[in-house]
Amino acid sequence: MQLDWFIIFSLVTASLWTVMTRSLLRSGIGLALTSVILAIFMFRLNSPLAAVFELSVCAGLISVLFISTISLTHPLSAQEKIQHMWVRLARFWFLPLLVIVLVVGLLLMRSRPQIHMPLAQDLKDARVVLWNFRQIDLLGQAIVLLAGVFGVVVLFKERQKK
Amino acid sequence: MFSWLILLPFLGVIILNLPFRALMRRAAFWLCVFIASVQVCAVVFPAVCLWMGKLDILGYILKINFTLDNLSRVMLLCIGMVTFTAVFVERQMRRDEDKFFNFLNLLLLLVAGLNGIVMVRDIFSLYVFLEIAAVSSFILIGSNKDFAAFEGAFKYIVLSVVATVLMLSAIALFLIVAGDTGFSSISAALKSSPDRFFVILAIGMFLCACFIKSGLMPFHGWVPDSYSSAPASVSILLAGIVTKAVGVYTLIRVVSAVFGFTPAIKSLLLAVGALSVVAGALAALGQRDFKRMLAYSSISQVGYIILGLGSGTALGVAGAVFHLFNHSVFKSLLFLNSAAVELETGTRDMESLSGLNKRMPLTGITSVLASLSCAGIPPLAGFWSKLIIIIALWMCGQYFYACLAVAASVLTLAYFLSMQRKIFFGKLGEGLENVKEAGFGLAFPAVLLALVTVGAGLFLPLIIHVFIFPQGAIVGG
Repeated sequence: MQLDWFIIFSLVTASLWTVMTRSLLRSGIGLALTSVILAIFMFRLNSPLAAVFELSVCAGLISVLFISTISLTHPLSAQEKIQHMWVRLARFWFLPLLVIVLVVGLLLMRSRPQIHMPLAQDLKDARVVLWNFRQIDLLGQAIVLLAGVFGVVVLFKERQKK
Repeated sequence: MFSWLILLPFLGVIILNLPFRALMRRAAFWLCVFIASVQVCAVVFPAVCLWMGKLDILGYILKINFTLDNLSRVMLLCIGMVTFTAVFVERQMRRDEDKFFNFLNLLLLLVAGLNGIVMVRDIFSLYVFLEIAAVSSFILIGSNKDFAAFEGAFKYIVLSVVATVLMLSAIALFLIVAGDTGFSSISAALKSSPDRFFVILAIGMFLCACFIKSGLMPFHGWVPDSYSSAPASVSILLAGIVTKAVGVYTLIRVVSAVFGFTPAIKSLLLAVGALSVVAGALAALGQRDFKRMLAYSSISQVGYIILGLGSGTALGVAGAVFHLFNHSVFKSLLFLNSAAVELETGTRDMESLSGLNKRMPLTGITSVLASLSCAGIPPLAGFWSKLIIIIALWMCGQYFYACLAVAASVLTLAYFLSMQRKIFFGKLGEGLENVKEAGFGLAFPAVLLALVTVGAGLFLPLIIHVFIFPQGAIVGG
């Protein structure tokens, strides 16, 4: 249980670092790190298949794509970095308050009664569920991927021409 | 037998991008017009739907079975009509053939997503199709690739992600409580679950997600920027069907089929609806930008739909669905008119426009019809839907909200009359002498939408028992 809390804390810290860091490259690395921690958490929740997907696709493939793209950009100058830092500090002043509220909320949640989980009478393999019972969701995923491909074409193709 | 409604646009995208691409590029426009027309015909003429059902390959292969009720049919009709309009508008507005082709591909994917939303009866599948619609919408909003477009798309993405997190968290809790994600399973489990805290938390999160997706106050931050910065055809899609299907329809469906009309949910819906109706109308009054004014007006009109839903009665829900249909039609028409004005004058600033009715009479007339319908002037369709909502509120004892709805209708009339006076009436403004009608691509769908607005109002006795009142049947499951 203590280990789970530690993983959750690490997950939140890594994701905060991902969105707060000024460097795009560090942000990309932070995203990969977040995915790795999430994958560990999924393993601990007895979802090895989801963990493998998370590790290979989100921590692996997507991070490689992000970092390759970021390597094509140029970094901010020192003056721009300082200016950017102040803008961000002014914009996210409320974040510490939010963290306090969330921690208090979590502590209050711990005192709540345990949730009544339904009995797992016919627990099925994730692959069986995915291919035999959730075909419509798989079709949906295929359409989302197709929309993503068109997104890349629409938003980036003309820039290549320039 | 209805999975072809998803299969057809999906296959459309595949066909457009297979070999013979150059040939298909030329046919892309007509393919989209055909798909939108078939969808409208399938709803209006059930025989077409039965005939198309024979092509239900997807259902046969994937063993998927969709069900259509009256609410789904109304949504499919709206999706078909607005898609038809958007294709014509984009053809007229977009000169770049590559961009036009990409728009049509994304539009077909958006239609597949929206059709899926209105046909599934599983909360996780609903979420998957919501994501299809959301991803397609982000790209379409940002497709102009200027600063305003990216800002609008970014705001939509950020708030949409918040909604997604809330929705997924709620779905996870529903799965824990019910052990399944089907509407009926969750509905049964919610009534008998001993975990009241988790049930209330999950319902609250899901409702918040729907409010964000519907652009209701106080979750409306993305609406004015996204609507005003998107290309004209995308604004029509967003106002006409995207927020309606993704937010409002989802809200109506889950409240009626899953959560039930409990006193707490009704109170929440009434409060959020009333806030949106009044604040949206007040914000619309102070706008100079034509499209931003229409965006705030949309927030206000969606508020009416939520007020009708919040009454929790069959009559109120029927009024809400009828207003949803009407809003889809007249707001698409108004955005279409704003596109025509912007195309011809090069501006959306209402203060710098005047007397356009002399140069653009068709745009002026259709704009007056849409505005009056939106403001609830008889005998146009908007009047009847607002009247049904107000009667429903009064009959269930919500006198305050009924009076508020009437008062806000006066505000609606005020900002639309102000808009008409500034843009279309009075002396022709300087530099507008050479302005003319925007062309067939904008005039044709404008006339069709105006006819629907007028027809639905004038022929109400013919449709009230076959189209409007049956919508109330969803109350109680």
